[in-house]
Amino acid sequence: MRTYHQLTDPDRSGLAGQITAQRRRVAERLAGVGRMVAVMSGKGGVGKSYVTAHLARALAQGGRPTGVLDADLNGPTIPRLLGTDERPAADAAGVKPAVGLDGVKCISMALLLEDGAPLAFRGPTAESFVWRGAMEAAALREFMGDVVWGSLDTLLVDLPPGIQRYTELCDILGSAPPVLTVTIPTPESRDAVRRAMRAAVERGSQLLGIVENMVGGQFEGTAADELAAEFATPVLARIPWHPAPDTWATLGARL
Amino acid sequence: MAFGERQLPGDGTLAATFKCPKCGRVVAMLTNPMETQLVSSLGVEIGGRTVPAQPFEMIDTMTAPPGPSWSTDAQERLGRVPNFVRGMVKKIYADYAKERGITEITPAVMDTARAELGLEGM
Repeated sequence: MRTYHQLTDPDRSGLAGQITAQRRRVAERLAGVGRMVAVMSGKGGVGKSYVTAHLARALAQGGRPTGVLDADLNGPTIPRLLGTDERPAADAAGVKPAVGLDGVKCISMALLLEDGAPLAFRGPTAESFVWRGAMEAAALREFMGDVVWGSLDTLLVDLPPGIQRYTELCDILGSAPPVLTVTIPTPESRDAVRRAMRAAVERGSQLLGIVENMVGGQFEGTAADELAAEFATPVLARIPWHPAPDTWATLGARL
Repeated sequence: MAFGERQLPGDGTLAATFKCPKCGRVVAMLTNPMETQLVSSLGVEIGGRTVPAQPFEMIDTMTAPPGPSWSTDAQERLGRVPNFVRGMVKKIYADYAKERGITEITPAVMDTARAELGLEGM
């Protein structure tokens, strides 16, 4: 019996070629995007989506066409923050993204699911954990490869807590995108965010900087400064509970 | 190895054959519903695609209303089931499809379910 690596004819299962075609489709669709920035934290509840949406609007207001890919498939909130509930329309050319405040393009599961409906998976119920991860990665791939992003200066990718989706993003892109990190001041956030930043560095991402959110309230600590020192990356902004009008424009200018 | 054929019996499983052009030996690959789902989760088809990938092909399976859909032929067949048991029969077929990850109930799926579950006459 011959085994796989002893075969001399081309692989007729066709899987490798199809995977390559998927990657090529993503690359072609993102060809008009000047840069992609992954907004990550590793910690939930620090305000990644809040920061992403306001940063996107600031960039757009500054004349830089911007899009947001809501990669938090299970807890999507970007469309509400961008003031849109426009259902994306699909045709042979692809899926047209929704357009939110200040002309920011966005795609999100929140635009595709019924209100309150969880992300559902159609498949065998037994051991569904085996293939659910692959399905979510496929959804991320389709968000990048099937949406008509057009010409953008910046495409922000709002990542969910943890590093799994970031890892999937790197695998699909074939490279590690630059990362903007969000934290709150507390030591607990520092410790969780540190893990994510280390993962990003190990994967090869450029750390663009840190945004410290919810500053000046009940959350005490110096997480941003500690992480900035540890990873030699700047603190780009400290967002108070009630941001000043120029807060986001200042962050956008520094990004 | 040359790809031979691919069959989806309608019960969530997959069967594919590959033939060596030199020795003629044929190898079959059989996958259970979980394995079939794992491969399809990658957005690929064993042996190559016959139809180009459509936009949001995978996402549509996640955002569609819950439960399998019924083909027109399957709905007609269900319509021939006596009214007083139709609801129960429909649920049996729907549960059968859901457990196997079948997204559309067709007459072929109904035939397979009838044979496996002993639903003669339904």
